Amino acid sequence: MFSDLHYSFGGLVVEQLTRWELRYVFYGGPGAGWLHVLTHLAPSDYRVPSVSRLVHAADWHEREVEDLFGLVFEGHPRLGDFVLHDDAWHEGVAPMRKSFDGRQPVTHRAPDQNWKPRQIVEEAGAFLMPIGPIYATATGPVHFQLETVGEDVIRVQPRLFYAYRGLEKIAEGRRAEDVLLIAERISATSAFAHSLAVCQAVERICHMEVPPRARALRIFVAEFERLRHHVAAIEGICESTGLAVAAAQASILEEDLLRLSCVLTGHRYLFGLGTFGGLTINLDDSACNRAAAQVREVAEKLSRLERMLSISSSFLDRLEEVGHVSAGEAGDFGLVGPIARASGVSRDMRKAQPYSGYDQIEFEVPHESEGDGYARLRMFFREAAQSVRIISTVGQAVPGGQVRAPEVSFRPGAALGWVEAPRGAALHWIRLGEDGVVDRYRIITPSFANWHGFRLAAENFAFQDFPIILATFALSVHENDR
Amino acid sequence: MSQWVIKGLRTGVKSTRYPRAEETAAGISPGLPTAATLPLEVAQSLVARCPADALELAPAGVDVNLRRCIHCFRCVRGTNSPLGWEHSYEWATAVSGGNDQKRQFGPAFDRSVHILVVDTGDCGACLNEVRQLNNPYYNMHRLGFFLTPTPRHADVLLVVGALTDHMRVPLRKAYDAMPSPKRVVAVGACALSGGIFGRSFMCAGGVAELLPVDVEVPGDPPPPLAILHGLLVAVGRKPPARLHRAVSDSVGNASG
Repeated sequence: MFSDLHYSFGGLVVEQLTRWELRYVFYGGPGAGWLHVLTHLAPSDYRVPSVSRLVHAADWHEREVEDLFGLVFEGHPRLGDFVLHDDAWHEGVAPMRKSFDGRQPVTHRAPDQNWKPRQIVEEAGAFLMPIGPIYATATGPVHFQLETVGEDVIRVQPRLFYAYRGLEKIAEGRRAEDVLLIAERISATSAFAHSLAVCQAVERICHMEVPPRARALRIFVAEFERLRHHVAAIEGICESTGLAVAAAQASILEEDLLRLSCVLTGHRYLFGLGTFGGLTINLDDSACNRAAAQVREVAEKLSRLERMLSISSSFLDRLEEVGHVSAGEAGDFGLVGPIARASGVSRDMRKAQPYSGYDQIEFEVPHESEGDGYARLRMFFREAAQSVRIISTVGQAVPGGQVRAPEVSFRPGAALGWVEAPRGAALHWIRLGEDGVVDRYRIITPSFANWHGFRLAAENFAFQDFPIILATFALSVHENDR
Repeated sequence: MSQWVIKGLRTGVKSTRYPRAEETAAGISPGLPTAATLPLEVAQSLVARCPADALELAPAGVDVNLRRCIHCFRCVRGTNSPLGWEHSYEWATAVSGGNDQKRQFGPAFDRSVHILVVDTGDCGACLNEVRQLNNPYYNMHRLGFFLTPTPRHADVLLVVGALTDHMRVPLRKAYDAMPSPKRVVAVGACALSGGIFGRSFMCAGGVAELLPVDVEVPGDPPPPLAILHGLLVAVGRKPPARLHRAVSDSVGNASG
C-alpha cells in the first residue's frame, strides 16, 4: 500500500512512555512529506501484530524490538537470537525497557563456549561453513554461516551484533551534547553525517535557526565525508579482487583525504566538528578553497583509476553479473543509498527530504539498473564525482557571517533528524526531557537496512565470489550494530 | 595488465621515513591537549568541560590522562582556553605488568612479527587506522610487521574496541590459540578505558578486564603512526612514552 503511494519505510521507533508507542516512519519523494503511523499498547501488554509480511523492510526492526524491548510481534516468522545472542543471554532480558539499568554490568549465565550454528540446508553434499567473528585481516566482527552445495553458496546468514555497544541505551539519561559524541562514534566513516542528523533533530525540538554559513559548511563537510567513504569502498572492492596496485592507488587517495580532514577540521574522522546550531569551528574561505582544489586533484586521479579499471578485463570478470539484486528486491527489503541506486531504486534523502540547503544546490543522484557488483562500483565512482561537484560549488561561495547560533536553550520534546549518510538514509529520533537530558534516542542506520538485504546478493553465487560481493556492498558492522 | 605495473612505478615512493626520521606531513595526527599550569578557577572550569574525564585537577593546574582523551576539542574550542595542543604521535606506552620475561620477544622477532587484529566493538575508526598501516604511506611490511588472519600464526594480538559482551568468548579463544611468547597491544581510548562507551551492560570498559595488556596506544582513534609506535614498543625497537602528562613534568615535551 505504502509503496503504491511511493512512500518508503524508514524505520520503527518504539518508546516506553506512559504506554507503549510504536512509530512506523515512512517518507515520500520530493514534495511529499513524512508519514508516521502510530500504534499504542497498554503498559502491561506486549503483543503487537507483525507488519513485516506487508512491509518486508520492517522485518529486522521487529526482530530488534522483540529482543530489546520484549514486545512480541505476532505472525513474525522468525524472532529471537538477533541483537542479544542466545548463547550468552537469558530469555526475557529486555535491556531497552526503562526498568533496566544500562550502567551496570549484567550477571548472565556463562556464554556457551561450544555454540555452533544450526545447519538448515539438508541436500546431499550440503556443507555449513562458519566464518568469523574474527576472520581475514582487520575486519569488523561478524559471523557468517554459509551453507554450500559444491561450489555454490545456497544460503547466507550473517550473525551480527558482536559490536553491539548498546548506544541507544547508554544515551538515555545523558545530556544531549554527550549524545553527540555517541552519534559520532556509531560509525567513524560516517561520523559527521550521524552527528548532523542528531543536530538537526535537536535544532528542530529547540527551534534553533542555523546560520547560512554553517548550513553551507555542513554540506561541504558532509560531501567530503561521502567522497572519502566512496574512495574507501572502491579500495575495498579492488582489494577483494586481488588487484593490488589499484587498491594501493585508492588507499593513497583515502589517506590524502584523511589528512585533508585533519588539516581542515583538526580530526581525521571529523569528530568534534558538529554542534547544535552550527559547527564548533569556522572553516575560513581560503581553507575551503584550498581543500576544494585538493579534492579536485583527488577527483582527477579517481577518474584515471576508473578508466584503468574499466579496461581491466580480469577485474571486471569478477564483478559483472555477480551479486545481483533486482529493483523489486531492493525495494522490498528497503535497501538504501548507493546499493539501492545501483539496482535502480533512486532514493536519496538529499532530494526526497532536502535538509541543510541541499535543495538550493545543483547536483544529480546517479543510478544504475543492473544491480550487480560492477553497477555498485560505478555508483561509488559516479557519486564521488557528484560530491566533488558539490564541494566545488559550495566551496566557491560560502555565505559570510556566524558559523554557530547563540547558546542553545533546551526544551522538552521529540523530533526526527535525517541525513543521506555515505551509505544511505540515516534517521535519528531523539526525545529530550528537562534541561536537555535525553529520554530516548533511536538510531536507524543505512547499514542496518543493507545488511538485511545482503543475502539476496550473496546467495546462489560461487563461494569465491563471496568476499567480492561483500566488498561491493561496503557494509559497516559498527553502523549496523550500534 | 602492464598498465598497472607502469602506474605503480610512476607513483614513486610514498612511504614515510618514520621511525628513522620524524614524519612532518600535515594531518597525520589529531593531537592531544597538554598539561598546563593554571589558576584553580580556570583549571576547575576546564576539568568540568571534559566529557571523558581526561583532564585532572592537579595542585598547580591541569594534568592530562591520555588514556581517556577522545579529541572532542571541548577544552580548547569555543573558549579562550589556556591549554596547549601537541601534534605529536608517539603516544604508546608499555604497561608495567608486561615486563614478564616469558612475554618478552627475543631477537628472532626483530624483522618478522605477525599481528592478529581483533575488533571487540569500536566505531570503526581504530580499525580503519590499523588498515591504513598497509597503505603505501605507512607500509608496515617494510618494518617486518604483517597482519595475519589466524591466531595460530600471530605473535601480537592487537585489540581495538570497548570489549562488548559478545566478543568476550571469541577474544579469549583467539588469545588462547596464539603460541607463546605473545604480547597484547590495546589500541584506542575504548580499548584502554571504555572511551565514550564506558562501562555498561554491554561494554566491559577496556581489554585489560579480560587479557593482560603489554602496550597501550591512546587516542580516539590513534593515528596510524601512533599505532606503528605501539608495535615498535611491543617489540622493543622504540622507547615507550608516558600516558600521564602532568604539570610537574616539563610541559609540552611531546615524546614524554
